[in-house]
Amino acid sequence: MLTALRCVIYRDLLLAVRRRADVATALLFFVIVVSLFPLGVGPEANLLRTIAPGVIWVAALLASMLSLGRMFSADHADGTLEQMLLSATPLGVIVVAKVIAHWLVAGLPLVLIAPVLALQFDLPQPLLGVLTLSLLLGTPVLSLVGAIGAALTLGLRGGGVLVSLLVLPLYVPVLIIGAGTVDMAAAGLGVEAHFLLLAAFLVFAGVFAPWAIAAALRISAE
Amino acid sequence: MNVNWFKYSSPQTFFPLAGALAPWFLSAALLLGAVGLYLGFFVAPTDAQQGEAYRIIFIHVPAAWMSMFLYVVMAFWAGVGLVLNTRLSGMMASAVAPTGALFSFIALWTGSLRGKPTWGTWWVWDARLTSELILLFLYFGFMALQAAIDDPRRADKAGAVLALVGVINVPIIYFSVQWWNTLHQGASVSLKSAPTMAATMFAGMIVMALGFWMYSIAAALLRVRCIILERERHADWVAQYVRTLK
Amino acid sequence: MSWGSWGDFFAMGGYALYVWGSYAVTLGLMVAEVVLLVLRKRNILEHLGRMRGAARRVAL
Repeated sequence: MLTALRCVIYRDLLLAVRRRADVATALLFFVIVVSLFPLGVGPEANLLRTIAPGVIWVAALLASMLSLGRMFSADHADGTLEQMLLSATPLGVIVVAKVIAHWLVAGLPLVLIAPVLALQFDLPQPLLGVLTLSLLLGTPVLSLVGAIGAALTLGLRGGGVLVSLLVLPLYVPVLIIGAGTVDMAAAGLGVEAHFLLLAAFLVFAGVFAPWAIAAALRISAE
Repeated sequence: MNVNWFKYSSPQTFFPLAGALAPWFLSAALLLGAVGLYLGFFVAPTDAQQGEAYRIIFIHVPAAWMSMFLYVVMAFWAGVGLVLNTRLSGMMASAVAPTGALFSFIALWTGSLRGKPTWGTWWVWDARLTSELILLFLYFGFMALQAAIDDPRRADKAGAVLALVGVINVPIIYFSVQWWNTLHQGASVSLKSAPTMAATMFAGMIVMALGFWMYSIAAALLRVRCIILERERHADWVAQYVRTLK
Repeated sequence: MSWGSWGDFFAMGGYALYVWGSYAVTLGLMVAEVVLLVLRKRNILEHLGRMRGAARRVAL
């Protein structure tokens, strides 16, 4: 099973490396969206410092959502998905591998670049670490939950927007707790509870989402 | 006594039953609505702080209750359809969804109209209103997904997965929104109704809620009849039925 | 709860717009939903009737 996991992750990463443009566009989208907000609300430093965590989190959410379409569509188009459905390896394992690969390519870069963007908003030094850690715990959940939406809408017309409508309401708790973590730190209050809650979301999603994703894939691929 | 519990689990047998039951539920809804409105307008006293504007809660609260209840009902039927692979269960879930979305919208609309005279703004980021808004999005997502899928069986099953994922998330969403609301307490106000509620007010709300419930059942029965006719249009019994109407 | 007069009842202590706005929209939407469903069923039956007619003509 672990071999299968490793193989699928390696394959997906290899495919992503060959199509670097896809990865780069999502990252650029993240950067551009974050830069748009000061243009929209004005450069007043205090305001920007206040909205920074929320803006970065929402932008991460949207960027993560943009790349969801890619997760299963290529495999569905060339028949690999059917092979995955028929294989001896449990579909849940394959699905987890694909989500991990997706996160490594679409989520982790966001986490790494977020502190740099937060500097644009003059977020105080100690909060940068809190923001990065919150995104580190939160983006995998976004990938997991987003994968459910991607699997459900496989091959449908109106795909991208439809996935957003399905998945954004489900993202709300992660967004609230994730951005809230930084707000709590900014207010000088303890953040352990929030991190534990984010970790709980991750565990919960990690355990139940693969099952839902697998079920959705079977339904969509029939 | 041998009771065939599954007699009505086929669209063909349920169709006439739904048609027979719907008028009864509509009548019950009208009756309960009349009683509820009477309680709300002629029995319940004027609120000391909010004046007559508070009378909106006789719609607002029952509608909110219904929107949440109907989501669970929808998820239940969708889940049954997914597990037992029954067509009618999936049809029932699809039939309930628009009514649930309707009540969700009504809850938001009346919540807004209640907020304006009380708090001065057309919208407040109150925990419950915000959760209601997200619930409306969940309904729209379900309906949009089913509309986007041509094959009805795939639409049923996909909708079921979405509804089940959604129903698990609704409490999580509600609590996280409530937490978010308390954290930012300074910026927002709560639309919690007066802590002391007269018994007559509560009675009015309960009766209106029952009325809405009867109405929801009637609307779902009417809608499921339409869905059955659409989906089973190639069946012999449908041709028979159309002939008898001529 | 006794209202002074019908006028008082309709005025709702000055909140007429909000209270009646809520009740009117609610009632309107619920009536609209039922009406739309009745129309939908009528449409389906009409469509099915026409299809049956066409099928009969083809079969002859």
